[in-house]
Amino acid sequence: MTDGWVMVIGLEVHCELRTDTKLFCGCPNMFGDEPNTNVCPVCLGLPGSLPVLNQRAVELAMAIGTALHCDIRPSTFHRKNYFYPDQAKDYQISQYDEPLNADGWLELPDGFRVGIERAHMEEDTGKTTHAGTSGRIHGADYSLVDYNRSGVPLVEIVSRADMRTSEQARAYATELRSILVATGASDGKMEEGSMRVDANVSVRRSADDPFGTRCEIKNLNSVRSLGRAIDYEAERQIALLEAGEVVVQQTRHWDEDAGRTQALRSKEEAYDYRYFLEPDLVPLVPDAEWIHAVADTLGLMPAERRARLVGLLEGGEVTDVASQVATVVDLGLDDLVVEAAARGVPVPLALKRTANEAANDAEAARAVEVGAYVALLTMEANGSLSATQAKVVLGDLLAAGGGDPAAIAKAKGFEAMSDDSLVATVAEAVAAHPDEWARFCEGEDKLSQVFIGQVMKATRGQANGKAVMAELQRLRREG
Amino acid sequence: MSVAGPRPATDLAAEVRGGSRRAADVLEEHLAAIDARDGEIHAFNLVTRDEARAQAAAVDARVARGEDPGPLAGVPVALKDNLCTRGLPTTCSSRILAGWRPPYDATVVTRLREAGAVMVGKTNMDEFAMGSSTESSATGPTRNPHDTGRVPGGSSGGSAAAVAAGFAPLALGSDTGGSIRQPAALCGVVGMKPTYGTVSRYGLIAFASSLDQIGPFARSVADAAQLFDVIGGHDPADSTSLNRPTPRALSVVDEGVAGMTVGVLAEYLDGVDPEVAARTREAADALAAAGARVEEVSVPEVLLGLSAYYLIAPAEASSNLARYDGVRFGLRVDAEDTVTMNTATRSAGFGAEVKRRIMLGTYALSAGYMDAYYNQALRVRTLIIEGFAAAYRTCDVLLGPTTPTTAFAIGEKVGDPMTMYRSDVCTIPTNLAGHPAVSVPFGSSSGGLPIGVQLLAPALAERTLFRAAAVVEAAAPVTAAVGGRS
Amino acid sequence: MTAVPERLTRDQVAHVANLARLTLTEEELELFTGQLAEILDHAADVASLDLSGVAPTAHAMAVTNVLRADQARPCLDRDEVLEAAPSVEDHRFRVPRILGEAP
Repeated sequence: MTDGWVMVIGLEVHCELRTDTKLFCGCPNMFGDEPNTNVCPVCLGLPGSLPVLNQRAVELAMAIGTALHCDIRPSTFHRKNYFYPDQAKDYQISQYDEPLNADGWLELPDGFRVGIERAHMEEDTGKTTHAGTSGRIHGADYSLVDYNRSGVPLVEIVSRADMRTSEQARAYATELRSILVATGASDGKMEEGSMRVDANVSVRRSADDPFGTRCEIKNLNSVRSLGRAIDYEAERQIALLEAGEVVVQQTRHWDEDAGRTQALRSKEEAYDYRYFLEPDLVPLVPDAEWIHAVADTLGLMPAERRARLVGLLEGGEVTDVASQVATVVDLGLDDLVVEAAARGVPVPLALKRTANEAANDAEAARAVEVGAYVALLTMEANGSLSATQAKVVLGDLLAAGGGDPAAIAKAKGFEAMSDDSLVATVAEAVAAHPDEWARFCEGEDKLSQVFIGQVMKATRGQANGKAVMAELQRLRREG
Repeated sequence: MSVAGPRPATDLAAEVRGGSRRAADVLEEHLAAIDARDGEIHAFNLVTRDEARAQAAAVDARVARGEDPGPLAGVPVALKDNLCTRGLPTTCSSRILAGWRPPYDATVVTRLREAGAVMVGKTNMDEFAMGSSTESSATGPTRNPHDTGRVPGGSSGGSAAAVAAGFAPLALGSDTGGSIRQPAALCGVVGMKPTYGTVSRYGLIAFASSLDQIGPFARSVADAAQLFDVIGGHDPADSTSLNRPTPRALSVVDEGVAGMTVGVLAEYLDGVDPEVAARTREAADALAAAGARVEEVSVPEVLLGLSAYYLIAPAEASSNLARYDGVRFGLRVDAEDTVTMNTATRSAGFGAEVKRRIMLGTYALSAGYMDAYYNQALRVRTLIIEGFAAAYRTCDVLLGPTTPTTAFAIGEKVGDPMTMYRSDVCTIPTNLAGHPAVSVPFGSSSGGLPIGVQLLAPALAERTLFRAAAVVEAAAPVTAAVGGRS
Repeated sequence: MTAVPERLTRDQVAHVANLARLTLTEEELELFTGQLAEILDHAADVASLDLSGVAPTAHAMAVTNVLRADQARPCLDRDEVLEAAPSVEDHRFRVPRILGEAP
């Protein structure tokens, strides 16, 4: 980013809830069905229809609020009035000044906390497709509306403007998605539209200056687009300000192909939503018992899972911990690591093998029989299998969903090398490289790789690397 | 009984259920009455002849099989045209819904079917229930059966006239600021607005959601109580429907008023037609003679009702009527782009009164005006509720006129909205408070026009309300019957 | 004390009509401005009251937590729904060109 400027970022995320039915009616909440087959008087906004609130949607919204450390409060629904063809009643039922969840926070993997202003409930609109040249709204001759999505439950999560880099924004979006999936509230698929992210971006010279004018960016279909769009927009605003111009507050659309944001056609009217309390609904006042019940059924959130793994590593030394921990939690494999550790497998090994190898077939790894997995790791830990061999056996285990690692190893001829055989092979390697051996004895530890490599070649990977190293050191010590 | 001649609906139902009369015959008599006079009255937008005949036949078949067709067996009922009837045009007397056939029934319609009622047609109304004379209907005004040069009242003018003219013993209307009670008074029939939340609004095309209630028209208090019992009760499809036992009224109607305290509402008597005031005082005397304690009460807060109502109701209406945009149903006036299409459709489809109220409501909710207008009106509502609560600390029911005058001439008030709005000054506060109230015919003016007196009760006190109403009804001066059907 | 707004002007009426998707003829604009102003004058007796100590009542009956189970209920028959539509294409509701983006 251009020197002498800092950016300020807030994100608004709309999340579709995984309920069976819509927010205010019993129509199926289903993606991909034939158009206008999941509709009723309520979600079509027919005259005389009335909304009734979905209990499960409230529970999922409360789960999100709990996961984001929000206060869960008595709340009300308001009408947000505006005309648009995909808005069946020409008003949206949403929450305004009394949202269900407020004043929470989300912790990024690196520990930075982003404030959550609110996470409220509202209904989704129908979907319009545009008939014309580009399929985009501009240049379309007419449009077609499908109300299957009208009335689907949404939670809108509004962060505080606490982020300062596009990396933080991406981390926030990624972490939030994990949380939403972990609560069971959402499937978090940005590409499918079940999680929609809008970014508010402004720039200023320094953290002491007041916030600059912000622009809202829409149409971000991936975390990567989010990052690119934020960086582009910040530079665009800086260029304007450096040229002595002003940033106009507006909504801009991210064009993935062109790699830039564009102002949407300016509207003749600023929206006056004329919010007022929804007279067809009554206040939502979850009691303490309900709030606790929701919190109690909530499983571990990603941050808690990461902390749990790091806790297990306490005192141990592992390079690249954060990345492995994140991978394992992201893929839902942390329970496996925790279980292995509980059964005596050294944590660094369990973590490494799971993050590096098992992760390649995460779906199979999540389904593998735990006892078999632990047995395999144990064999590697006690030297019965080399790292290379262990990886091969793991592949078979995953493919089969389980099995007996010892039997598999035997079938492949992966016997552990006998101690005598190992000593002899190391001695041969040492003898073959006298100069390197001399330097190794003088302290050039890196040269151990020469011998280890030699031994591995000679034994076709059967040797246990650690055992070889131990033997080299013994030889060096004992002269 | 104040209206001589036609038999009570409760008697008709008993005869049909018992097999001594056929529903089909009852229906044909009423259809004949409609054919004889509705051309002149225009109570109906639509007479649902075929459907009614099928329903009557079904009732008779059930009786023949020894089954009980329900408490309203074979009784013809007219429905205000803002109640959704599946597959049958439901228009709110508006061009924008001309010919619209809902794909579902209102809950009250389902309950009527289950009770064995025979739905005979959809009645005329002020467009989207906005009015006090039925003159804003896009299908033309309904005429008062007592004097066809005069209005029947509104907005449920068609339902009131249908019952008054003997087209049906029972009808349903809706009451947002007096739209059942005022036409009942002008037409000389019983009209009642239930406690907010006791009758489901699902399928009632909304005008002002926090005020609308569906209620009965009938020729007697007992019939109105019976109809109230049938349509009332919790409905899970309406979030504002009260989930508690609805007071059942018919069984207590004749229990009298001994021990009750009746408060005559001073503010309602102020400035009304002298004959209307006189009838009201006579009704008070009747209640005293029947054993009630009658006293004068004052609830000055009701005077703010008119102004508060004309902010709250249009505000909610402006939002409720946004859906009429030419996209999914109803009228569409085509255009090059959607906004122009919306605007052209609504401008062509809505009448002047509806437009006026939509704009009033939009203005009241607009940025900058919310607090001065809409929220302020909601505070006035609190004051009115508290004012009534104070009166109900000493009184069981309140009494007053239903409306300041008798039926005015067609065309007399259309030029001046404010004058028209004042017809509702005695009825509006009840809607704001969510309380029940009923208009009972009580004599007529020297010109022969019906006069109605109004009883008011606290929320969920329908039983008390109907008991007092029955006493008033029994003491009413006998007037000339209109029509005369059994 | 709540500030009383100034008397309604023609421009305001025109703006409000636009928000409500209504076009008015010249005569209507003139007539409505006068009529609405008169109604609002009467509403001024409400607007000018000092009710700062009074809580607004949105619902006459104080009820909370009306909820329904997350269970599917029968939907409408699509043909019946589309039959009532002014314009249909491809089983969808057809509308003319949409000029602005959704908010």
